[in-house]
Amino acid sequence: MALKCENSLSLLAHKPITGARLNKDYSIWKLLSQGFKQHQGWTPAWRNPEIKSSYDVVIIGAGGHGLATAYYLAREHGIKNIAVLEKGYLGGGNTARNTTIVRSNYLWDEAAMLYEHSLKLWEGLTEEINFNVMFSQRGVFNLGHTLQDMRDIERRVNANNLNGIDALALNAQEVKDRIPMINISKNTRFPIMGASFQPRAGVARHDAVAWGFARAASNYGVDIIENCEVQGMDIENATIKGLQTSLGYIRTSKVGCVTAGHSSVMAKAAGIRMPIESHPLQAFVSESLKPILDTVVMSNAVHGYVSQSDKGELVIGAGIDHYTSYAQRGSPHIIEHTAAAIIELFPMFSRVRMNRQWGGIVDTTPDACPIISKTKVKGLYFNCGWGTGGFKATPGSGNIFAHTIAHDEPHPLNAAFSLDRFHSGHLIDEHGAAGVAH
Amino acid sequence: MFVINCPHCNEPREEEEFHYEGEAFIARPAEPETQTDAEWGDYLFMKKNPKGWHWEMWGHSAGCRKLFVVKRNTANHAIDGAWTLTEARAAYDAEMAKI
Ligand SMILES: Cc1cc2nc3c(=O)[nH]c(=O)nc-3n(C[C@H](O)[C@H](O)[C@H](O)COP(=O)(O)OP(=O)(O)OC[C@H]3O[C@@H](n4cnc5c(N)ncnc54)[C@H](O)[C@@H]3O)c2cc1C
Ligand SMILES: [Zn+2]
Repeated sequence: MALKCENSLSLLAHKPITGARLNKDYSIWKLLSQGFKQHQGWTPAWRNPEIKSSYDVVIIGAGGHGLATAYYLAREHGIKNIAVLEKGYLGGGNTARNTTIVRSNYLWDEAAMLYEHSLKLWEGLTEEINFNVMFSQRGVFNLGHTLQDMRDIERRVNANNLNGIDALALNAQEVKDRIPMINISKNTRFPIMGASFQPRAGVARHDAVAWGFARAASNYGVDIIENCEVQGMDIENATIKGLQTSLGYIRTSKVGCVTAGHSSVMAKAAGIRMPIESHPLQAFVSESLKPILDTVVMSNAVHGYVSQSDKGELVIGAGIDHYTSYAQRGSPHIIEHTAAAIIELFPMFSRVRMNRQWGGIVDTTPDACPIISKTKVKGLYFNCGWGTGGFKATPGSGNIFAHTIAHDEPHPLNAAFSLDRFHSGHLIDEHGAAGVAH
Repeated sequence: MFVINCPHCNEPREEEEFHYEGEAFIARPAEPETQTDAEWGDYLFMKKNPKGWHWEMWGHSAGCRKLFVVKRNTANHAIDGAWTLTEARAAYDAEMAKI
């Protein structure tokens, strides 16, 4: 079923913010009064509670998606007795490691509607959770380097426009007019022929998203428990009964698993097979420079993308390492390849020094689309398979996954993203829009 | 980055010379026509993707261009061995028999 934009727009409408939440709002007055006290009076943004022995809903994984899920469960579905269990520290997984590109210019209706739902939530998120997520709609360029790239761009831009999503197809000169330092010379290995451009796309502050959702969820009474690893699932008659964790047994009848690269490990504990492979994905940042790049540039063909953070660092990301891994590091030749690609796009970056480099473990699927789904175990739900591009979906993913858990029924926007599609054959092939691009 | 010993060339070479070819020993069903959608979907798409030892195929793409099997630990990239497909099948079956 193709989702029509009109229907989904009503789903996108924000609900008014109700009284009970956020007793400790941040404001200009708080900032001023704290200024007089040398900022010594700030209290922690979220509670650090003792773990209880039973919860109505347990979310596994305190990344952005898990925390957003808990927040929307409490806020939109009135469920209060919720825990989010995290084996490491809050937001320390892919949420902390990603290059923060947010966009919604996906090809197929189902994916476009899903990511556009999320983009709409981003647009109001800072106000909604009273935490500055530094969402900056500076636009994203997806470059084309071959005739086939340009045909695909044309097709995707048209599909986006039909779905009410802003998108433009630009030729090489139009790209150059907007990004004067880009190299559109014909004397490169893969000359730039043009680009798609989404003006409303951009970047956000990765940590702030995790912290903001943690604070907002905590204010609703959600218990966020760090250093608590889920080690086993207690399943009886194909129904979830509880979880074995490093802090003991927890009784619950609903579990939402949002563990990104570790989703296959969790699925195995539940006796479920997943079409997921975990790969390293690497990124690196430069020393800080004066503002030089005011937008985001990505290229699938040459495997690299770049933006500039508010601190002035160039934030550069690569394609995945092809082998599977859980080691949170990849191979140096991938970095070398990406640096070469970036320097061909921007020759003036050739003498910029790189500061830090790291890897995350991304959960890739055969169709480059996520799995937001019920499972054959009653009360056990999975939200995974976001691969190289789930940061942009953080609020939308949490929002519809909360619906799925609360109603034991998918939200219209995630019905197509069930685990069943790998048996029915209804794949949503987004390799063109999401293969390398994030 | 790791070093892989290609069993055909019998020489340790850098990972960059090789291409990862995915989980090993996924058997194509002998009679595809009789498969249910679930069985066929499992065969096409489902992956073990373990955290730990993994039997996987690699191709020596910038060398002899032959396929072979590596047993590698996905948690720390340690490699236990590399074998031709036939040798590996025997080693894999022996290991499975012990479990
Ligand atoms: C280098 C890199 C660049 C990227 N760039 C972009 C980008 O530009 N744009 C974009 O949209 N996306 C990007 N992504 C993808 C994006 O980061 C992820 O899709 C997204 O952050 C996933 O969020 P999450 O909350 O599901 O996962 P995570 O933040 O990884 O959270 C999962 C959590 O589950 C925890 N966990 C795992 N197992 C257990 C257990 N047994 N018990 C308890 N807790 C457990 C983990 O510790 C982790 O904190 C990038 C990823 C990487 C690695
Ligand atoms: Zn060889």
